[in-house]
Amino acid sequence: MKRYFKNIYQAFSTIFTGMSITFRHFFKKSVTIQYPEQRLQLPERERNRITVNIDDCIGCDQCAKACPVSCIEIETIKAVPGDVVGKTGVTSQGKKKVLHISKFTIDFAKCCFCQLCVFPCPTNCIYMTNVFEYSEYKRENLIYNFAAMTPQEAEAKRQKLAEYQAEQARKKEEAAKTTATTKAQTESSQQYNTNVNKQNNQTS
Amino acid sequence: MDNYITQFLGENVISYFIVPIPILIFVALFALYAVWAERKISAWIQDRVGPNRVGKFGLLQTIIDTIKLIQKEFITPDRADKILFNTAPFIVFTAAFMGYAVIPFSSIFIGIDLNLGLFYFFAITSLGVIGLMIAGWSSNNKYSLYGAMRSVSQIVSYEIPTALSALTVVMLAGSLQMQTIIEKQAGGIHNWYIFGGPGGPVKIILIPFMVISFVILFLSTLAETNRNPFDIVEADSEIVAGVHLEYSGMKFAMFFFAEYAEMFAVSAIISTLFFGGWQSPFGDLIPFLNSPIMQFFWAIAKGLFFVFVQIWIRWTLPRLRVDQLMTICWKYMIPFAFLCLFVVGLYVVLV
Repeated sequence: MKRYFKNIYQAFSTIFTGMSITFRHFFKKSVTIQYPEQRLQLPERERNRITVNIDDCIGCDQCAKACPVSCIEIETIKAVPGDVVGKTGVTSQGKKKVLHISKFTIDFAKCCFCQLCVFPCPTNCIYMTNVFEYSEYKRENLIYNFAAMTPQEAEAKRQKLAEYQAEQARKKEEAAKTTATTKAQTESSQQYNTNVNKQNNQTS
Repeated sequence: MDNYITQFLGENVISYFIVPIPILIFVALFALYAVWAERKISAWIQDRVGPNRVGKFGLLQTIIDTIKLIQKEFITPDRADKILFNTAPFIVFTAAFMGYAVIPFSSIFIGIDLNLGLFYFFAITSLGVIGLMIAGWSSNNKYSLYGAMRSVSQIVSYEIPTALSALTVVMLAGSLQMQTIIEKQAGGIHNWYIFGGPGGPVKIILIPFMVISFVILFLSTLAETNRNPFDIVEADSEIVAGVHLEYSGMKFAMFFFAEYAEMFAVSAIISTLFFGGWQSPFGDLIPFLNSPIMQFFWAIAKGLFFVFVQIWIRWTLPRLRVDQLMTICWKYMIPFAFLCLFVVGLYVVLV
């Protein structure tokens, strides 16, 4: 019997405790962040989408080598002497650029945001931004191209390089031919001399 | 003058068709905004914002939701009993809506002022359990059937404390007629039946018993409308959604609609029985507050207050187990309801 009334008392006291707690929460400020309009301050070193400052890139391929998931692809074309790479031919730190970057893509569908590509870069041209809203409907759209060259330009540069290389090869061949002929001449004369000596020895 | 519309148009068939229309509009609007209020109140309790995108403060949210539900496909399970499956939501809603016939909104507006009003109300609202049973059985689904069985056992056992605690007021008022019960509570807050109704200073001994019967009536109507903490009928985490499980689109919305309609109906009955219905709490001190138009305000405001408490309870208390539910009903509520009935009976006979 005592238990019976204790139960009733407990039921009501606990109900009123609970109800008063929820009543207090009516007047508390909500903790919701109204996301698209209201944003959290991101931490200082957050890792999000990578970006590449292509003007500073020297095409050294170190970031691509460091990438554990191989999401960076770089193709370069050697610059012929006298050809200005990019706009100025030098990075912002004054380093000379010798490679045309015809392709520099990062596939963010693969990227794991490990930041390992950022450290090896000698010119600090690849770095993390605070952009995290870049979802796409197609996976192909996540492949970002950072190279500033159009395919036609790249083709022209490749042509130029091929011409230059052909020229060089031709020059080399010519040089090689001339050296070969002179060599042959000197060799043949030496041969002659030795032969003469031999003959001389035999006769004597 | 019980009903302004029948007074105006005369007692004919047309006026009987017109009378339910404003009530239906009120119920529809109430159900829409009760869902909105439920979401808003739950958000505030949980320190959230709640719907705030569609319209100012998210006021159009439930309208958009209803449009979505209307557009949805009617899915009838392959093995379901099709006729019963499709009629069940309408039975549930009809039962809930028929209760509104005797809810007094003002001294000049009540659907029909039956002399058996309260009896009619409890009889007709418990018709809803038949709809739930049909829905659970015809869905041909284990969870639905469990929900229906639970609903029947719960509602049938909670009918008893509901009726017993309502009888205390009936004994004091000497009538089952809604308008008579309210008119007896005229003259201010001290004459409401929660404070023993009109009478001499001896009525003070009644106050604790009336408070107990009010609490019993409130809790048992909460159970009858399947609201938390008595919502084992549709316990999402145990039996998924009980009888609602196989329903989709507008048929599902009908169940929801019925639930909210019933919430206001029982709240209005509680305010009628214990809190003076459409009576102003200031009595005749300020005659304007007791004018027929303001009576609408009082009736609806008191009803909405109890709806608010129902929502508040829902988002505070956890669900009861089946055995706890039955224990509360049979071991705690019914003995106390009998005690109150006995004391009030003695008071009525002796004083």
